[in-house]
Amino acid sequence: MTLRVLAAMSGGVDSAVAAARAAEAGHDVTGVHLALAKNPQSYRTGARGCCTVEDSRDARRAADVIGIPFYVWDMAEEFDRDVVQDFVSEYAAGRTPNPCLRCNEKIKFAAVLDRAVALGFDAVCTGHHVRKAGGRLRRSVDDAKDQSYVLAVLTREQIAHAMFPLGDCTKAEVRAEADRRGLAVADKPDSHDICFIADGDTAGFLNGRLGSEPGPIVDQSGEVLGTHNGAHAFTVGQRRGLHLGGAVDRRYVLSIEPVNNTVTVGPREALAVDEIVAERPVWSGCEPPAEPLACTVQLRAHGEVHPCRAWQREGRLVVRLDEPATGVARGQAAVLYDGDVVLGSATIAETSRRAEAAAAG
Amino acid sequence: MVYLDHAATTPVRPEVVADMTAEFGELGNASSLHGAGRRARRVVEEAREAVAASLGATPNEVVFTGGGTEADNLAVKGLYWARHGADPARRRILVSAVEHHAVLDPARWMADHQGAVYEELPVDAGGRVDPAALRAAIERDPADVALVSVMWANNEVGTVQPVPELAAVAREYAIPFHTDAVQAVGVLDLDFAASGVSAMTVTGHKIGGPVGAGALLLARGVDPVPVLHGGGQEREVRSGTLMTPLLRGFGTAVRLAAAERTAHAAELAGLRDELVAAVRRAVPDVRLNGHPTDRLPGIAHLSFPGCEGDALLMLLDARGIACSTGSACSAGVAQPSHVLLAMGADPETANGSLRFSLGRGSGQADVKALAEAVGPAVERARAARARRR
Repeated sequence: MTLRVLAAMSGGVDSAVAAARAAEAGHDVTGVHLALAKNPQSYRTGARGCCTVEDSRDARRAADVIGIPFYVWDMAEEFDRDVVQDFVSEYAAGRTPNPCLRCNEKIKFAAVLDRAVALGFDAVCTGHHVRKAGGRLRRSVDDAKDQSYVLAVLTREQIAHAMFPLGDCTKAEVRAEADRRGLAVADKPDSHDICFIADGDTAGFLNGRLGSEPGPIVDQSGEVLGTHNGAHAFTVGQRRGLHLGGAVDRRYVLSIEPVNNTVTVGPREALAVDEIVAERPVWSGCEPPAEPLACTVQLRAHGEVHPCRAWQREGRLVVRLDEPATGVARGQAAVLYDGDVVLGSATIAETSRRAEAAAAG
Repeated sequence: MVYLDHAATTPVRPEVVADMTAEFGELGNASSLHGAGRRARRVVEEAREAVAASLGATPNEVVFTGGGTEADNLAVKGLYWARHGADPARRRILVSAVEHHAVLDPARWMADHQGAVYEELPVDAGGRVDPAALRAAIERDPADVALVSVMWANNEVGTVQPVPELAAVAREYAIPFHTDAVQAVGVLDLDFAASGVSAMTVTGHKIGGPVGAGALLLARGVDPVPVLHGGGQEREVRSGTLMTPLLRGFGTAVRLAAAERTAHAAELAGLRDELVAAVRRAVPDVRLNGHPTDRLPGIAHLSFPGCEGDALLMLLDARGIACSTGSACSAGVAQPSHVLLAMGADPETANGSLRFSLGRGSGQADVKALAEAVGPAVERARAARARRR
């Protein structure tokens, strides 16, 4: 069946090949570059961004080569409100957000998809490395590039309107195919960092938005070990940048309390948690389990998977890990999998160590 | 294709293609002293005479440029430098708020980098500059005005300015007056000498000539400081090897445009009125922008309440209909038109507007195709706009 497909084209190699594949499959494809910054930078500076003028030109050129119409959609207002401001306020609340996930949830598969459907499109096609299987999301065959973690927040309705042509091949294959198709972006470097922080200095960006107030670094007993220059520069599990001196090395950030601007540190063992409560669950791969369901959970992007039992209780997701995990930060997503199929996703709100487990361990 | 974007560029006329094709086969630099050079020089000078005769100028008033943007830059920067150099008190650049970016941006750049003072002349709801407003602006300090620039006709909404009256005001104070007449050639009665302007920008590709050839007409005694320095080919004001084939095509295009002007303008105006009426039948609340009477015959600029112009453009493009939302920024994002904002429109109305522009080859079939496509497109675009928070 020929679908009217809107291909979101970032100017990178993945979305260019995805659009080419959709067009080759016989769909009626239109390329759209999302302008996400009000004042796009003219040139790349250091770390790669997503919305430079140069990226827009690369996307346009790829669309020319594929032979599809191309437009730029201005999504800067939505992006600033739903992704950038959300990012800042999450950090201000002591949580560690994932802006790529938020962009998929609120921009690519919400604002863009809504507009596309209203304008007569059937689907939004992206270059994400993920597969669709029976209406559910499945990990890419390329483990290292798999992006199911940042897409697991999509509802079944959103997945139904999504097209992911790249899930069945590796990044190396995508690059080779781009080269074969004459797409100049074949050798373009991967983007890794947060697109709206072009220089990669997240702490500096947050300081600029939130200001930086020095505050105490304390241990679990409350004893002051040192001073920090702004609590939002820290993430749970972080060890570097504490500057506590040799006597108290091997300390990790355990928690960040923005209200009293305090960073609590402790030994690595104290990071271990095995019970997680997460908010706003989205179940795209199964019905919300009322009883504990044996599955696996991933707790950060490119993180390992942990065997667990998970169920929904009073609208929240409860996850009990079989073995404790470390570096679990509030604000990140807990994504449940059955093998390589996504079951659901929720935002981590609380973490703890079960008393009996702690006593036994 | 239903091409309704002639104000962006219009097909090159077959006569022009023939002339340029012949000329591309010839050899010679118009500045060379030998036979081949003299032959090229003759072609260039014949083109110059054609442009001058068609526009009410003398041949030595025609300075060829690479197009409208270059001519506008030469006028704004060059006249500022000349006037400021003669008297450092002259720092103000008065431009209408609805100028093309080729005038606005050089003027703003001069303010940001060269110590000029940038001042916009307001326009009324129809987009016109009142000569009294120009007089009031000059009167605030007649001694500090370096130049005035007001376009002959607006490229977005098509409003025609009272250029002779405005030029007369500037002349009273002996201030040079530049006008960008790029959209006026071939449809309005342009007489450089009679208009009283000091400098006038024209270009080839809006009238069936090639892209890359234009001219700045400069009245005797108006001597801008050069922007391009080099061989001094054009009156020492503009350097660069004369592009003989393009200039030959440009000369032919200007000559034909002037000769056919009256009939062509009447034909366009009739078709434009049909287009507006047809769109209004499909979309009753559509609004026609620009001046009700003093307007270009080939431009219909319409606001579609509740729509985003870029969505409408895409939907029409998908049906093979080409139109324009106005000026796009470098990343390709449509910004609210400064022209509509200056005319008092709110940003949402400005964003929900499209320009349809007619030219040679436009006909009833184009109007019919637009009339059929515009209703459903507006409906879709409205639905999309409504879903946006």
